[in-house]
Amino acid sequence: MITVKKVVLDVLKPHKPNGLEFATLLSEKCPESLINLSVSAVDENTESVVLVIEGDSLEYERILATIQEMGGSVHSIDEVEVLNSSEHRDTD
Amino acid sequence: MFRQLITSLDLTESHGIVRRYFVVNGFDGALTMLGLIVGFYMSEHVELNVIISACLGAAVALAVSGVSSAYVSEKAEKQKELRELEQAMIENLDETIHGRATRVMPLFVALVNGLSPFLVSLLILSPLWAASFSIALPLPPLQMAFGIALVIMFAFGVYLGRISGINWFWAGFRVMLIALVTGAIIVMLNQ
Repeated sequence: MITVKKVVLDVLKPHKPNGLEFATLLSEKCPESLINLSVSAVDENTESVVLVIEGDSLEYERILATIQEMGGSVHSIDEVEVLNSSEHRDTD
Repeated sequence: MFRQLITSLDLTESHGIVRRYFVVNGFDGALTMLGLIVGFYMSEHVELNVIISACLGAAVALAVSGVSSAYVSEKAEKQKELRELEQAMIENLDETIHGRATRVMPLFVALVNGLSPFLVSLLILSPLWAASFSIALPLPPLQMAFGIALVIMFAFGVYLGRISGINWFWAGFRVMLIALVTGAIIVMLNQ
């Protein structure tokens, strides 16, 4: 079974909701996860943030939809950790 | 629904606008009713149902005016803010919490702006209705309605005083004084 354990996203978002509200709302949609948000650049109406999301089994589509729902936009996926926990079977 | 409203209020930072509209139009409603009541009091032999109809007509007009004017102006303002944000994000935000707030907030602000004078007016008119249903009152209906209008205006002043952090009694008294001066002007014009 393949599970996503960690994603690091470069996100552009409006100032509102602020970082705390943004991470909290995202956390509500990602149970049993740890979210770290750090602001990397601030503009007049927007800010760029780096989101580090770690969990046992992350649903990327859900994360993406939640970010977009809050008005954010994912610019790039900067880092991922994916685990394959199924047993290896050699067919040769 | 309630949570969406709170989120929309936070996103658009509309708490102050809603508060202002509530007080400003509520004040309008109270002063309009007070003016009508003093005017009818100065006139002789006006039937109670005529007074109620005239005041109710004014209350409905204030409500409709409040809802429509606030909706049109707030809608334009919020759409402008959304377009500016969309330009910064280089994305369409209609289906986000920002887009929903742009649709919800003008409606909410308009309802507050319209219902505030309407409910205040109904409260001031309540002694007239009570009298029309032959319910015993401690004072004649017009004097009692005048008293309620003064109390409501004093309450608006107290509320504004609490917001601005000034003495609540002085703030309330100042607003009530405006009502008394308005009444005095109407009395003088009718002499």
